[in-house]
Amino acid sequence: MRMETDQFIQTLAADNAHRARPVGFMLALALLLAAPVSIAIFITELGVRPDVMTAMRNPLFDLKFAVTLGLAIPAIAISLHLSRPEASLRGWAWLLLIPIGLLVAGIAGEMMMPQRMPMAMRMMGKNSWNCLTSIPVMSLPLLVAALIGLRHGAPTRPAVAGAVAGLLSAGLAATLYASHCTDDSPLFVATWYTTATAMVAALGALAGSRVLRF
Amino acid sequence: MREREDEWTGLMRSAISGDDAAYHRLLKAVTPVLRAAARRGLTRVGQPADQSEDIVQDILLAVHLKRHTWDANAPFAPWLFAIARNKLIDALRRRGRRVFVNIDDFAETIPSEPAPEAVPASEVEAQLRSLPARQRDVLQSIAVDSASIRDTAKKFAMSEGAVRVALHRGLAGLTAKLRGQ
Repeated sequence: MRMETDQFIQTLAADNAHRARPVGFMLALALLLAAPVSIAIFITELGVRPDVMTAMRNPLFDLKFAVTLGLAIPAIAISLHLSRPEASLRGWAWLLLIPIGLLVAGIAGEMMMPQRMPMAMRMMGKNSWNCLTSIPVMSLPLLVAALIGLRHGAPTRPAVAGAVAGLLSAGLAATLYASHCTDDSPLFVATWYTTATAMVAALGALAGSRVLRF
Repeated sequence: MREREDEWTGLMRSAISGDDAAYHRLLKAVTPVLRAAARRGLTRVGQPADQSEDIVQDILLAVHLKRHTWDANAPFAPWLFAIARNKLIDALRRRGRRVFVNIDDFAETIPSEPAPEAVPASEVEAQLRSLPARQRDVLQSIAVDSASIRDTAKKFAMSEGAVRVALHRGLAGLTAKLRGQ
């Protein structure tokens, strides 16, 4: 059989009644299905730190959640924006300055307080290796889910969209991790959380350039 | 150009609110523009322009399957040209060329008619053959025999709903196969 373009158009028009779900719905659904997997890894391997009630009175402990959610939420918004073909990062990339700004403010605040430990020790902490492995591992189910959700969209810059998917999954995973880790110094967060997040973003870019093409 | 693009936006809005005829008109209206841009791209990389119908159908399929990413409050043309540019670059790359395609290539294009000597078999056609039989039958009935959904349902003793599902799955299957090659 031959398929002329006119016939093809007629076929597409006949399918006009089909309505796809919005990308935001698919992304939310995928993330909600993947979240229990990451939470299960967290509960079995890490768990909330035992002194959490005291820790909550430490503003630097609370700041960790502001930073991780300050990354995850804007990254979700940016990834949805980038799922439209004509979208560019212009006007949206600044949202990623939110977690950076919070970290800088935290570091400055900590500098002004008297400290028991020297700066280098606060930065190195006790959990750097744990941080570098746990955040990426808990990110993975969320990253897979985010990519599945975003495949429903039409990102014309798949590597960038994949990297942002990496940022959002790392931000969510780091939110879980922050409740386990006893290193609260913003210097530790700026060093190790950021490194772990960059690794997940790189993986997301690599995967995105393959699976987000349409 | 402006007028043309405003008309497209209006047609797409009607299409989304369920007007099949408006959708048909829109696809027909954008096709000559897409064709001219595809030909220009092919010529630029030294490929015969008569392969343009493959690229046009590829773009139309992507437009169809991704139209939920269009924001009905935004103009339609930039969305369309972004999809088209993406598909054109992809198609030219598959032919072994790395090219830069500018969005303006679409916006400033003079519509062109299909080539009289069309290629014997298009990519879409070749992929059609590898679809599951039921989906292929439904697609063929609607595309080649110009049958309506209702007539197709009657012919294959299916419900109209089942025809719609087979039609959509068939179209979605085409894109997976086109991408996989």
